[in-house]
Amino acid sequence: MSSEYQKYYVPAQSPWPIVGAIGLFCIAFGAGGYVNDVTKGESGFSGYLLLAGILTIIFMLVGWFRNVIDESMNGMYSAQMDRSFKQGMSWFIFSEVMFFGAFFGALFYARMFSVPWLGGASNNLSTHEVLWPAFEAIWPLVKTPDGTATEAMGWTGLPLYNTIILLISSVTLHFAHVGLEHNKRSQLKVWLGATILLGCIFLVLQVEEYIHAYREMGLMLSSGIYGNTFFLLTGFHGLHVTLGTIMLIIMFFRIVLKEHFTPENHFGFQATSWYWHFVDVVWVCLFIFVYIL
Amino acid sequence: MSSIENSATDHHDDHEHHGAPKGIMRWILTTNHKDIGSLYLLFSLLMFFIGGAMAMVIRAELFQPGLQIVEPNFFNQMTTVHGLIMVFGAVMPAFVGLANWMVPMMIGAPDMALPRMNNWSFWILPFAFLILLMSLFMEGGGPAFGWTFYAPLSTTYSGDSTAFFVFSVHIMGISSIMGAINVIVTIFNLRAPGMTFMKMPLFVWTWLITAFLLIAVMPVLAGAVTMVLTDKYFATSFFSAAGGGDPVLFQHIFWFFGHPEVYIMILPAFGIISQIVPTFSRKPLFGYSSMVYATASIAILSFMVWAHHMFTTGMPLAGELFFMYFTMLISVPTGVKVFNWVATMWRGALTFEVPMMFSIAFIVLFTIGGLSGLMLAITPADFQYHDTYFVVAHFHYVLVTGAIFSIMAGAYYWLPKWTGHMFDEGLAKLHFWLSLVSVNVLFFPMHFVGLAGMPRRIPDYATQFADFNAIISIGGFAFGLSQLLFVAVVYKCIKGGEKATDQVWEGAEGLEWEVPSPAPYHTFETPPTIK
Repeated sequence: MSSEYQKYYVPAQSPWPIVGAIGLFCIAFGAGGYVNDVTKGESGFSGYLLLAGILTIIFMLVGWFRNVIDESMNGMYSAQMDRSFKQGMSWFIFSEVMFFGAFFGALFYARMFSVPWLGGASNNLSTHEVLWPAFEAIWPLVKTPDGTATEAMGWTGLPLYNTIILLISSVTLHFAHVGLEHNKRSQLKVWLGATILLGCIFLVLQVEEYIHAYREMGLMLSSGIYGNTFFLLTGFHGLHVTLGTIMLIIMFFRIVLKEHFTPENHFGFQATSWYWHFVDVVWVCLFIFVYIL
Repeated sequence: MSSIENSATDHHDDHEHHGAPKGIMRWILTTNHKDIGSLYLLFSLLMFFIGGAMAMVIRAELFQPGLQIVEPNFFNQMTTVHGLIMVFGAVMPAFVGLANWMVPMMIGAPDMALPRMNNWSFWILPFAFLILLMSLFMEGGGPAFGWTFYAPLSTTYSGDSTAFFVFSVHIMGISSIMGAINVIVTIFNLRAPGMTFMKMPLFVWTWLITAFLLIAVMPVLAGAVTMVLTDKYFATSFFSAAGGGDPVLFQHIFWFFGHPEVYIMILPAFGIISQIVPTFSRKPLFGYSSMVYATASIAILSFMVWAHHMFTTGMPLAGELFFMYFTMLISVPTGVKVFNWVATMWRGALTFEVPMMFSIAFIVLFTIGGLSGLMLAITPADFQYHDTYFVVAHFHYVLVTGAIFSIMAGAYYWLPKWTGHMFDEGLAKLHFWLSLVSVNVLFFPMHFVGLAGMPRRIPDYATQFADFNAIISIGGFAFGLSQLLFVAVVYKCIKGGEKATDQVWEGAEGLEWEVPSPAPYHTFETPPTIK
């Protein structure tokens, strides 16, 4: 640590956390009621509460980030503060890794234990004979023990295109980052724009794939453990791509309209970039374990 | 332990925000680690009494065999919500509150690294518990599937409140993750110059490792509740064999979170005891570095032992053996810790102030809980003990006389630093002795009824357990009432009392004892120099 100490900025009171807390409360309470309403086919106020919560959170994020950006632009942050942000973001991404880990864990458990055991593997011969003697343990599980049938999603075609698209988007984002570090603003803008475009194409193709799965293949969220893991893993990943794309778009506007970020000071851009690369790595794991193997 | 040249608390006149703002908005909008620490501690105390009231309902029903006071379904809700509140509402926030107060002061930091997020992690918690408590009043009642919410109890057989349960657990998880990120970044990035890792007080070390565990496992809990949600409402079959899943998968995912979680609730306790025992022994902690390594070993092992909660699910033999041996391995680093505390006291100039009394009670009673844990780790023996009151006795020794006693010890230890006053020693000693006696009357006989086969989570029992259960309930009511004394001590201490010195306790060492009592609103705006 340097002997020259720059004061660590401790913000004065802030209204945003309590706004965010109320927003989260509305989301949780609204979602709790909404899930019940939807599955029972009832209508109620919960959906509106959920929506109000989401809007409150968006309002909170805009206000909170505006404060942080203003403070940063006014030079109130030290190098130490910058490290706090970077470490905070890294640990957040680690928590996301563990979240996906839970669903990958479920996938591996189904493939290595529960499905083979239902087919009579290990010491489960009588389970198989007594419960579902006609059940055949194969992966992808296209026919569940209780007889729900579906089709397996192949890895060629859309999934392969999407893999290539996301991999390229990581490279283009890296070019944008290099452009920012060397203060080549037009390189930054072009490559960042390209990344956003690729992210959007990925999302469109993903929706296309879902429609295809539901309409033509009969592969649904309720299609047994194969459909469950397929949709929850790709679904949560898609949600993260959506969030990442929104973050990239915000970065784009900050760069184009406000000329934010310098080669030395661009934590917001860097955090977004880390997030994007993380989402990319998750997709590679998905492509290997959900689609190919 | 490190010493400092100047405590650097005299710089705060030349800044725009010096004193604490006034009124209720101070607490709602605050970014100050001491304010937020106090909020966490008060919230945890409130939850301790709400969860405790539910325990009283459970003990009142179990006072006699037969069903007399509550319906079985309500009894199940009480056991479920008692567990959830005590784990996520009482113990964890109390430790986060202590970390908020003490970690920045112990490492010479001006505040937590991300002060606004710190406020957010606290203020979402009351809302999460509001949702959980409101669900008790819903049609069909609140969650009644046990705090472990095993599938299919939580999926096929649960009520409409399950969705509310799921989302409130999501918020608790978000709060814990943000709190943990704040602690870990503060420790990595905001240590004063010269405060090297191996000079950090042990409370800071244990919290660093706890924060890592929290960030690693709370997202897994979020995954587990999400799968429960989709299984119940959206026709997935993660935990249903008919669709290719497995109810046992739920237990694997839950306990992959759940086992590190129990260390999350005990590692900071180890840290607190490691601060207190040296102070009142007037000796440095014996084996400081071995304490650090033992804590890290426990954390690593905690990821490899989760299925010892599931010995009776019919795992393959290799799995049973693996989890049995790794569980037993944990007793080695834990034994190192107990040995070090005892060795710290060995030939020390001991005095027995209230924090020390709670600490010594912790060491003895936590060890009893550890030893019954070792019994439960033996797979063939666990087939007998599983789901009996023996398990209840085990984890209450670890959590009540372990975690809660350490929180009490820490609260008494640091209360003079927080308020600037000494607490009422006589009243506090009464609180200690009543708690110590009643807690053993409450939990010790549970070992016997458990070994004799009384199952847990059932509102009725066979008549041969009647006498022991009456004794247990009397112990329970006495323990519950004794805790009101704690509130009285804290209230009196905030209101006034003998003026506390900066050092407070004769043998206390460390940065937090070199700032004035009460600690000023902002400490270490420029970092102290540590020799």
